[in-house]
Amino acid sequence: MTVALKGEDVAKKLGEVFPGAVVASDKVAIVVDSQSLYKVAEYLKNTAGFEFDYLANLAAVDYVDYFEVVYHLTSLKNNHSLVLKTRCYGREKLIVPSVYSLWRTADYQEREAFDLMGITFTGHPNLKRLFLWEGFEGHPLRRDYL
Amino acid sequence: MAIKTEPFILNMGPQHPSTHGVFRMRVTLDGEVIVGLEPIIGYLHRGIEKLAEGRTYIQNMPFTDRLDYVTSMTNNLAYAMAVEKLAGIKVPERAEYFRVVIAEMMRISSHLMGVGFFLNDLGAMMTPVLYMWREREKVVDLFEMLCGQRLTYNYMRFGGVSQDVPEEFWPALKRFVAEMPKFIDEYEQLLSLNEILLARTKGVGILPSDMAVNIGASGPVLRASGVKWDLRRADPYSIYDRFDFDVPVGSVGDCYDRYMVKIEEMRQSVRILEQAIAQFPAKGELCANVPLLLRPPVGEVYGRIEAPKGELGFYLVSDNSIAPYRFHVRTPELINLTALREMTIGWKVADLIIIFGSIDICMGEIDR
Amino acid sequence: MEIDRYKIDLAEAERIEKLMKKSQRPIPDPDDWLEEELKRNILLTTVDYVVDWARSRSTFPLMFGLACCAFEMIGTAASRFDVTRYGMDIFRWSPRQADLMICAGTLTWKMAPAVRMIYDQMPEPKWVIAMGACAVSGGTFRESYSVVPGINRIVPVDVYIPGCPPRPEGLIYGINKIQQKILKDSIKNYQ
Repeated sequence: MTVALKGEDVAKKLGEVFPGAVVASDKVAIVVDSQSLYKVAEYLKNTAGFEFDYLANLAAVDYVDYFEVVYHLTSLKNNHSLVLKTRCYGREKLIVPSVYSLWRTADYQEREAFDLMGITFTGHPNLKRLFLWEGFEGHPLRRDYL
Repeated sequence: MAIKTEPFILNMGPQHPSTHGVFRMRVTLDGEVIVGLEPIIGYLHRGIEKLAEGRTYIQNMPFTDRLDYVTSMTNNLAYAMAVEKLAGIKVPERAEYFRVVIAEMMRISSHLMGVGFFLNDLGAMMTPVLYMWREREKVVDLFEMLCGQRLTYNYMRFGGVSQDVPEEFWPALKRFVAEMPKFIDEYEQLLSLNEILLARTKGVGILPSDMAVNIGASGPVLRASGVKWDLRRADPYSIYDRFDFDVPVGSVGDCYDRYMVKIEEMRQSVRILEQAIAQFPAKGELCANVPLLLRPPVGEVYGRIEAPKGELGFYLVSDNSIAPYRFHVRTPELINLTALREMTIGWKVADLIIIFGSIDICMGEIDR
Repeated sequence: MEIDRYKIDLAEAERIEKLMKKSQRPIPDPDDWLEEELKRNILLTTVDYVVDWARSRSTFPLMFGLACCAFEMIGTAASRFDVTRYGMDIFRWSPRQADLMICAGTLTWKMAPAVRMIYDQMPEPKWVIAMGACAVSGGTFRESYSVVPGINRIVPVDVYIPGCPPRPEGLIYGINKIQQKILKDSIKNYQ
């Protein structure tokens, strides 16, 4: 049975290694500041005890004041899972570091978030529109489109 | 004077005999050897995620049918399970057994199609497809007895299934389960030791296991590379922990392994079906009592199942209204396609078609 | 190399936008054959009948399955509901060798220039069947930002088959209708 790690426990451990990175946490998820996302993700991937080598899902949600990018991580070795989130405030100039070099799964999923929501991932080698054509105006999945 | 050559860009356009749907590739060739590949998708992007935000939860059930249209009931099942997890609905016993029987029949049907069209790409024109279609028609007839439709079923509801089966369903199902191993033996006898199949698929399009985990592959593609990860065993959902079955694993990760994993999984599905029919409760409720305009509590859920093509997940965010706030589908085939470039570099154009066919994609799911 | 690819993508986008602007109204259906009986010339009748009978019993369909309806089309061509008995033995892949385009599935704006190009490549006489609710009018996806509401915005359609997906028997009924339509055709239309 895949054990879902408690957000508060993981937040405590991360607070010792990266002070100030974790912004909020609840029973299931931890919310991380977008600047330290890459360091936290690398730590979660490589440290013994966590070893999250499989990124199951990457989704972007538009809450009107801020955008949230959600990562569902799974560890095949230890059979546990965790939800990692990050936020960017405002409607323009949304910048989140890319996790392409840690998990290549993020290749198409980050391009999809860029295409449909307008979030830019720095460090992605090929950030182009995926489903819609070049020059399509707007980002359809935002709450204020149509 | 030295001869100068330039790489040549070939466009395998959206309408093409051997693409499984409208898929376009820009292939860079040096002579006939592939040096680069760029998949271009989006020719079937219908905007399901946006449309779903304007409809109630139960009105989104037909949309999930049209995602991976070869395995429609499995998509229905994944969505129903995600909403049940969000709203805390419990499913009665008899409905759970129905769901397992349907999911395994859908797995058999999908793998039949996967193997049939893979052999179509190899050059055995339509003959294996017609053999596999004979079995698929039997499965489709059983589903027609169940809910009246042949392709897009819309049969699952939140808390169970929508209607009961007529009398003639049980003898037909038992006959199907008794005959299926004989047909799988027939396919293996015709295909598995065939010289042409072995020569064209052994060692072709290898996906090493560390890359398979890194790109997030799942389903037969991951298991053929040697990683033993099946959600029915690792994270059992529904009542799968009551059944006894093996998880077939390949060794190398080439096209032949992906083909053998699918054939073996069909045998294991027949095993699960036999056990489920033996344990089926004769009487019971079919669906829990759920309001039509369901209002789940505020929160979010990521519910996933082992679909025939891989890990199918639904990420739903709810704000206590009748429509979902965010409806995101984690489709296995978009993610399995990530390593297509690495698998095909160094091979020729004819091998590209086979490697692409062995991943077994369906464009409705990739483009949504 | 990089600059070339980007230019190709931009050119494709331009084609899509131009076609979107041109296709704001549906193309009228070619249904003037319904008044054909009154205008038929006596001398050409027997020749017409033989040619039309031959053409309708041996159409070469073009396999153009886009989405779920493609599976019912393949099911019609398989051994249970055989479509070979209507003369449509081989489904052609190349538009230059086909004369009946069965358009099965949802059409999106990104795919529309390709459909128009394939339709233009088919030689006369040619016919189009719109199979499934999505091809007829956009279906469940009609209000989406990227779906063409019915393929009759892009190509003129002869027979519409509703259903989601239509049963193989429904597709065979549509094929019977198009055979009736071809029988009423006249060779003086193609001179």
